[in-house]
This record gives sequence, structure tokens and C-alpha cells, in this order.
Amino acid sequence: MLTIRNYVKAKSLEEAYELNQMKTNRILGGMMWLRMMHLNVGTAIDLCDLGLNTIEETDDEIILGAMVTLRQLELSACLNTYTHGAVADAVRDIVGVQFRNTATLGGSIFGRYGFSDVLTVFLALDTEVELFKAGRVPLAEFAAMKKDRDLLVRLIVKKKPLQAAYLSMRGSRTDFPILTCGVSRIDGVYRASIGARPGPAVVVEDETGLLAGEITEESAAAFGEYVAETIRTGTNLRGSAAYRKHLTKVLTARGVLEAAAQ
Amino acid sequence: MEIKIKLNGRQVAASVEPDMLLIDFLRKQGCVSVKCGCETTNCGLCTVLMDEVPVLSCAVLAARADGHSIFTLEGLREEASEFVGFIADQGADQCGFCNPGFVMNTIALLRENPDPTDDEIRAYLAGNLCRCSGYDGQLRGIRTFLESRRGKA
Repeated sequence: MLTIRNYVKAKSLEEAYELNQMKTNRILGGMMWLRMMHLNVGTAIDLCDLGLNTIEETDDEIILGAMVTLRQLELSACLNTYTHGAVADAVRDIVGVQFRNTATLGGSIFGRYGFSDVLTVFLALDTEVELFKAGRVPLAEFAAMKKDRDLLVRLIVKKKPLQAAYLSMRGSRTDFPILTCGVSRIDGVYRASIGARPGPAVVVEDETGLLAGEITEESAAAFGEYVAETIRTGTNLRGSAAYRKHLTKVLTARGVLEAAAQ
Repeated sequence: MEIKIKLNGRQVAASVEPDMLLIDFLRKQGCVSVKCGCETTNCGLCTVLMDEVPVLSCAVLAARADGHSIFTLEGLREEASEFVGFIADQGADQCGFCNPGFVMNTIALLRENPDPTDDEIRAYLAGNLCRCSGYDGQLRGIRTFLESRRGKA
């Protein structure tokens, strides 16, 4: 059970950062995952009054506040026009509308959860995180960093010309994914992000140029094969390592064909 | 800590513990339609409208709801009465435990999208679990309600 001794709606990022330096204190995010933990929290730090719940579009970036909800991601016209609906596809099967109305982007990304559809789809894009102290860091770098007590403030998506698709495999529609897969083509290079391996999502680029020529079912399958060979998969209750390798091949190839048709 | 919530249109002030969940606060205020069915933030039984938006009250701190408007089924009986009969007529309510959460989220659906397709209904209500039915009765009920409303218009 989660117990909380003090609750603070932070008045500034500085205040939130300072409070968060104490090991017993916690940023709340949407509190969806946190509430299921057995944890004694000294001060729960709520970022809900800091105006971080907006999605802004500039000429070359889409800037997303850490408190943007998964439902906002799903309904955002600018984000889904840019990503050909990949972001909406990534979040629409996460539990239910009510859950997505409070689960936050920042909580999903900061947690670097293995099962995260959200981390997977943003890794397929050219994304940076803005940390309060460390500043802007590429998302792939952040995903591999050890969790520290910095504050995730925003996510920034670079609006480079993009083709993108998102697929996942689930036992039933709103369950945790068995495998997640984002595919994109940015600056002429294809990449796949694979999550729920069951570890957190990792990115594989088409470094050997398998997709440099024409995109056919064969070349898409060859890239799927390459991605499956490159990543490490594991076994848990939801699926075996071998099954996940197989899903990686199939979902990546499908994603490539979907993105190429855009 | 002291909080003020507009509950079903009425201002309520109360003293709460920092870790009190909104669901427990609401039940203490007599809104016992709000129930906890799963403990894993999954079943949709505890759905309430916070500033018009459906949320799981089991995953919101009462403290965070300070200054916001909350509606539970107790405050929305009239709006619910428009369609619940159609669902009951399909025999969709069996044990009835999931019903309040289901009704609350259907209200949210119909406010956001007054004429949803079957797929839109399924997608919106996917976070409301019912362990008696196969959801088909509820879907038929909502569809019949929409058809009857269209007929009247």
C-alpha cells in the first residue's frame, strides 16, 4: 500500500526539484503505477499546477509537457498528423479512457518501464527529453541512463520529414503488451524501436542499408530479421524469448510496409 | 489538510489525510455508487467525472481534487435515466456491480461523442470490466438508445 505523509502542489520547478532530492520524496506523475506500490512516501510532489499539461507546435518541433495525459496524446491533431497516427495507435489500448485521462507522459517516460508503449513510440521518433538540471538529452540516451533525481520537464519531438507506424501484440486488447514495435523513416533512414522485450524499448537503425532500395515484402522481412537478430529478448509469463524474436520479425516487417505506403 | 471540492454541484469542505484517495473521500461523503472493484487501476468501477472528464477515482488523491468539480452517479441520475433502461431491457445488468462505473463512462462517451459507432462505443468503454456479460448486451442497449433518440429527433 502507498502511504504519503505530506502532499505538496509545487509552485515552481525549483521547488519540485529541491523537494525531490530527498530520497523518501516522490514526484506523483499520474500516480497510476505509484498507487500500486508498497511505498512510504515522505512528501508527494505534484506538478499539476506548473502548466506542464500542454502540447505546443512550432515550425520545427512539437513540445509536450510532462503532465500531458495519454488521452491528450491520443487526441492531439498536430502530433497524430505528424506521426501518421502512430502515437494514437500506441496509446489507444492502454487500459481505458479513464486511465489515460490521468496517466501522464512524464510518468510513462521517466519510469522507463519495459512494457511502455509510450517509450517505444517516442523512441521511433527524433525525440529529446528536457531535464531540469541536465537540460536536453536524446530520448534514447535518457532511456539507457540510470534513474536519478532530476526532473523530467518536457519531451521535444523534432519535426523532420517522417513516415511512421506503430504495432503491438497483446493477449487481449487492453492488457499489457507482449511486444511493442515502432517503425519510422527519418532523413531517409529506417529504424525500429522494440519494447516489452520484456526490457525497456531499444532502437535498431537500418545501418546496413537493407531498406535503401525499393521497399518490398522481401526487403521488409529482411529488416525484420535483422532487428530480431540485433535485439535481446527474454522470457516471462507473457511470452518466451523465441516468441518475442518471432514477433519482432513480423511486426517490424509490417511496420516497414505500412510506413513505406505513406 | 483542508480541501474544497464541488461535489455534484455542491461545495464540500473537509479535512483529509495527504494519502486519502478520492474514492474513499467520495464514499465518506455518501457517494456509495463509487466502488473499488480491482485494486489494480483497471476495472473502471470507480469512474467519476473530474472537471467533466472521466477518471479513476482510485488513482486520484483527494488532495489533488482540491478546487475541482467532481460528479458521481448520485449527481447525474437524470442524465443516466435516459439510457439505463435500454441496457436493462437487453438483460445486460446481471449482478449489477459494474453498473455505476459503466453508466458514468457512458455519460462521458455520449457527451463527447453524441452519435458513436459500435467501434467507438467499444473503444471508449474498453476500460469498464464486466465479469457477468460478454458486453454485447450493453452494446445493444446503447445502440437501441441511440436509435430511439434519432427516431425522436
